Amino acid sequence: MRHVAKLMAASAFAALLASAAQAQTPKDTIVMAKQIDDIITLDPAEAFEFSGVEAVTNLYDKLIGVDLAKNNALVGELAQSWTVSPDQLTYTFKLRPGVKFHSGNPLTAADVVYSFQRAVTLNKSPGFILTQFGLNKDTVLEKVKAADDNTVVITVSKPFAPSFFLNCLTSGVASIVDSKLVKANEKDGDWGNGWLKLASAGSGAYKVRAYRPNEQYALDANEGWYKGAPKTKRIIVRHVAEPASQRLLLEKGDIDIARNLSKDQLAAVKSNANVKIIQGDKGYILYLGLNQKNPNLAKPEVREALKWLVDYDAIEKNIVEGTYKGHESFLPKGFLGAIDDKPYKLDVAKAKELLAKAGLPNGFTVTMDTRSVNPITDIAQAVQSTWAQAGIKLEILPGDGKQTLTKYRARTHDIYIGQWGPDYLDPHTNAETFAINEDNGEDAKSKTLAWRNAWDIPDMTKVTQANVLESDASKRAAVYGSLQRDHQKVSPFVIMFQQIEVSAQRKGVDNWVIGPSSDTNFYAPITKN
Amino acid sequence: MVAISAPTPPAPPRAKSRAARWAKILGRELTTVAITIFGLLLVTFLIARVMPIDPVLAVVGDRAPADVYDKARLALGLDKPYWQQFATYIGKVFTGDLGTSVLTAQKVTDDIKTVFPATLELATLGTLIGVALGVPLGILAAVNQGRWIDQIARVIGLIGYSIPVFWLGLMGLLLFYAKLGWVAGPGRLSVAYQDFVTPVTGLVMLDAAMQGEWEAVIDAFWHLILPASVLGLLSVAYISRMTRSFMITELQQQYVVAARVKGLSEWRVVCGHALGNAFVPLVTVIALSYMHLLEGSVLTETIFAWPGLGRYITNALLNADMNAVLGGTLVVGAVFIAVNLFSDILGRVADPRAR
Repeated sequence: MRHVAKLMAASAFAALLASAAQAQTPKDTIVMAKQIDDIITLDPAEAFEFSGVEAVTNLYDKLIGVDLAKNNALVGELAQSWTVSPDQLTYTFKLRPGVKFHSGNPLTAADVVYSFQRAVTLNKSPGFILTQFGLNKDTVLEKVKAADDNTVVITVSKPFAPSFFLNCLTSGVASIVDSKLVKANEKDGDWGNGWLKLASAGSGAYKVRAYRPNEQYALDANEGWYKGAPKTKRIIVRHVAEPASQRLLLEKGDIDIARNLSKDQLAAVKSNANVKIIQGDKGYILYLGLNQKNPNLAKPEVREALKWLVDYDAIEKNIVEGTYKGHESFLPKGFLGAIDDKPYKLDVAKAKELLAKAGLPNGFTVTMDTRSVNPITDIAQAVQSTWAQAGIKLEILPGDGKQTLTKYRARTHDIYIGQWGPDYLDPHTNAETFAINEDNGEDAKSKTLAWRNAWDIPDMTKVTQANVLESDASKRAAVYGSLQRDHQKVSPFVIMFQQIEVSAQRKGVDNWVIGPSSDTNFYAPITKN
Repeated sequence: MVAISAPTPPAPPRAKSRAARWAKILGRELTTVAITIFGLLLVTFLIARVMPIDPVLAVVGDRAPADVYDKARLALGLDKPYWQQFATYIGKVFTGDLGTSVLTAQKVTDDIKTVFPATLELATLGTLIGVALGVPLGILAAVNQGRWIDQIARVIGLIGYSIPVFWLGLMGLLLFYAKLGWVAGPGRLSVAYQDFVTPVTGLVMLDAAMQGEWEAVIDAFWHLILPASVLGLLSVAYISRMTRSFMITELQQQYVVAARVKGLSEWRVVCGHALGNAFVPLVTVIALSYMHLLEGSVLTETIFAWPGLGRYITNALLNADMNAVLGGTLVVGAVFIAVNLFSDILGRVADPRAR
């Protein structure tokens, strides 16, 4: 009897073992492992984090979009066509007929008006992308109007460059929501914000099936999407914080795409014949911000010297290979007016000469607030060692992200090593933050990166501001070019790298393209065999 | 000597005095609990306010313009003096309102209802493994002090103590999941079963069993077993070392010699007499080890993509999501106090002297 029991236990155990081994992803489903704990909300009027924006862009459609294949050229999405008045103040959009929301409600001009009204009235983090055109909760119904069911007319406050306004309409905050459905889910006049944090009410390629914060979101294809049903029926994005775990899941075939592999893991999966690696240029710029309140850093010679004291090539090769590449100007590659000039390289002799000119032949001591994550810490240490060659003693102050940021925003840092990503697909987003500082006072209304580093630049501010009104796109690009060259010479920003986003996928997964921003990471074309 | 003893007290008052003594003990325990909870609230609140992190950033993000920022600051009540913020906070806690998490947009109490069972599942199985292996191992080591079994127990203890849990977890995944395919990978359920189990208790295996999804139960088990074993090894190390040392102390006592002289079998001497006396401190040790696992093992949860309490609090902390941090800490503290109280009472029941 005892033997029989043992035998039964053993065979039950074996059966369990066998069932554990079966683990492949379902056929028409793409499973992605990604760090999604940055998501605060799925509401397009509020989402402004990388992962949140990526989800939003797959749930909603906008009036205008960009064509990744055509160098980010503007294309009509929900707007079939548009015209700009000669004074560049009025835009008329003709809506695509027959588009329906996931709920089955038809998409009309009233939904567009409601969506803009909602976004500027809620005025959450990304709200400024629209409010900078003079739309706010009091004026929006005068400035955004439905001429008829298929026509929307928007009036802006200044004759901005049309490329600027239209580029801004491609960002998540300008998504069109299903006004009937959202109104039905309103609570205490919150414009449905609470409900939309976890749900979707759009017309986009996918709709939310289930979203559990910090765990996963599952999306179902919108078979009636106006561009045609997405290739994959379901997308599941699971939060897997640990890159090493993502790698194991991918190699084992339990997921189809791994989004956050580190440099070492990428090198390791390269040899796996079942795994493919793709990459795309991201707009994120990695830089050092030198606070001009520090008397040493305020000297122009010191600012220049520090730029000659970074071993850009060595850092790229040894620390960030495959995930960042050298880039020394404030507009990322792929943006209108971006330049490829890289004037600086490691030159200790030249830096020493400049320091001597500044009256600091023996260097000085300075601190740098550094987020304790890779590769930031490693880069900080590399900078520390080359600066030491010119006698500059750099003290690294480690901290977590929000902590260093709090200090940076209060302008109590010496040096901050940070990353900046564009808010929308127009050069003004970076030009504004790196080259505009309207008021260097403590209570300034606009606290750009130039402000955070207390860099007082009335002249450059004027040039940058004037350029958003330049209607000729090629002239506008040329001005950004010369602006960046000046900036490279005098600014308190040591711009070092531009990010490359890398994603690893199982063989058989195709057509997944990483766009220049989170707004352009589209799931709809992904296929799997 | 003339005994001028008081008249023997009649039976009913004696029972009453016994009840009164228990009431007194309970009252004392409850006072301690109340003071501890108040202290916990005060300390977590202070830490949250002293931290050089701006909680408004968590709400509005880095890019928000000044007016959006100010609006959020007012909404959080950060313009009020500290004592007033604290009073509001205490008031809310006592009405069961832990506020809303910025990160998940859910009520913190709802969040905890989903993350705590995940940790509970892991910690309970981990502790069961720890007790099932650790106690016998410790007894064997104590009885066979200095022999090979003692050496093996020592090596296991050393491994459990000294190998970092994240390394153990990763190596476990690499070996048992990636190479051998014996267990399932990170996560609580495979994608195929994800939507079939409706959370009721939050304990996936229990929920699946209640809904008759037996395949999901098995799937959940294979997801659970590896992280639970990793945590279990830590408990085995701790529990076996402590059991060994308690047992050695007991085995050297005179009553053990007496029991042996009486001719009792070695089994009864060790398991009946010595273990019985080592039971009380052992319960405390097991409770401590359980509490440690219940706080949520951040590293294990991170590696195994396990949406538990430890990861929830850590993530909230890194993102300055103060309601979630305070709520999570409060729950950990409350659990700590509860388990402590339970082991105290168990100790009193088991030990006649402590009654």
